[in-house]
Amino acid sequence: MNYKFNWALIFSGEYGRWFIDGLSVTLQLSGLSIILALFLGTLLTTMRISRVKPLVWLSVGYIEFFRNTPLVVQIFFWYFGSDPLLPEFFKEWLYRQNIEFATGVIALSTYTAAFIAEELRSGILSIPKTQLEASRATGLTFLQAMGYVILPQAFRIIIPPLISQFLNLIKNSSLAMTIGVMELTYMARQVEAHTFHGFEAFTVSTLMYLSLSLLVSLAINQYNKRCLHVRSR
Amino acid sequence: MDAFVTWFVGLFSNWGVVWKNFDYLLVGAYPQGPLGGLAMSIIMAVIGIFGAFWIGLAVGLMRLSKRRWLSWPALVYIEIVRGTPLLMVIFWFYFFAPILMGRSVPETESAIAAFIVFTSAYVAEIVRAGVLAIPKGQTEAARGSGLSHAQTMIHVILPQALRNMIPSFVNQFVSLTKDTSLAMIINVNELTLSARHIYTRTMKAPMEIFLAIALLYFVICWVLTAFSRKLERSMSRYQARSNGK
Repeated sequence: MNYKFNWALIFSGEYGRWFIDGLSVTLQLSGLSIILALFLGTLLTTMRISRVKPLVWLSVGYIEFFRNTPLVVQIFFWYFGSDPLLPEFFKEWLYRQNIEFATGVIALSTYTAAFIAEELRSGILSIPKTQLEASRATGLTFLQAMGYVILPQAFRIIIPPLISQFLNLIKNSSLAMTIGVMELTYMARQVEAHTFHGFEAFTVSTLMYLSLSLLVSLAINQYNKRCLHVRSR
Repeated sequence: MDAFVTWFVGLFSNWGVVWKNFDYLLVGAYPQGPLGGLAMSIIMAVIGIFGAFWIGLAVGLMRLSKRRWLSWPALVYIEIVRGTPLLMVIFWFYFFAPILMGRSVPETESAIAAFIVFTSAYVAEIVRAGVLAIPKGQTEAARGSGLSHAQTMIHVILPQALRNMIPSFVNQFVSLTKDTSLAMIINVNELTLSARHIYTRTMKAPMEIFLAIALLYFVICWVLTAFSRKLERSMSRYQARSNGK
């Protein structure tokens, strides 16, 4: 093994900045995607439990398809293959944006939404059915009952699994490098290509991912201890 | 309306490209050239889950041990791997296997090694949860009847725990099957890279090509997921009876 370590090189000049830029793109990508995924996931779950047959089928079909295909394939589909499916005005708007980043956000949020929908459904199923019946009986519509009674309780229960979905999302966002989004993994690759010091470059980026997931796990544990009075692990 | 009809017909007019190259999607250039496509994805997933089972079992049992020098390394391993994206693990193996081994390592091998290391951390957690789910009285009774700790594990706890873990293992295999698509990043010719090859060669019908491979992955993963759900249901019935609750 004749590999000479050079840690100073990795932080010298522009390379240090590249890592910070990559980390910031990773955070933007996952932050934006989790918000969109939450909305889409809530919509899917509401459809799923609505008892309107076509809506249920649509939601189940979506969830099963997106959960059972690889994210990379979905990213490629959106990036290369979605062109014939999109309406003209949306395409025009899209091409004025940063197309790689936008595709990454679309792919990550549609993928994560399917997982969030499943978590949310199990959260809702754990709320006694009488709650929905009682709120319907007091005169709320189905959507009002969901919005004011069921969902606020369900979200409280599923916050820990939601946070770990966010953690998965952060890790999954590394796949956006396959279409050239300059996030953390992409930048590590760039530094490796420029310096030939892959060991240092990948150590730095791995440590960045690890500290992100450590922070998120700490958040889950704190939440479990404080709010749910459950001893974690 | 006319525009809509043209658009709608257009969605179905390009599937010939997929059909003409379907054998390449399934087996790559085999038998004239190297194996690729779906066959390669499945082979990697099967070898990967087999390796990950044994390493995961060992790590999971280490994690459960009361001896610090066994449980701490296992904990660190599990937490590091689970906090790192798989893509990162693949790069680690791709760039450092040659340095460590002192010879060039084929991409397929380093990808499989990465899959094994990555998946075994998740398998270890399944094993841990499975063993912890067995009632404590079982261990106490086994130890009380004179078995050693190792004997208790091998003859009493693991046979029951492993059986209950089968659905989780199937789910992990589904995840791994999807994860094999990441091997394309280091040029392993599995299904996703085969699809990209076809697209690069024909420059036609990207929607159809990627939709087709998504369907291929979907059929495999969905059938397995349905199977594991069925197992889970039949097992929970069995358990409900055996616990007498």
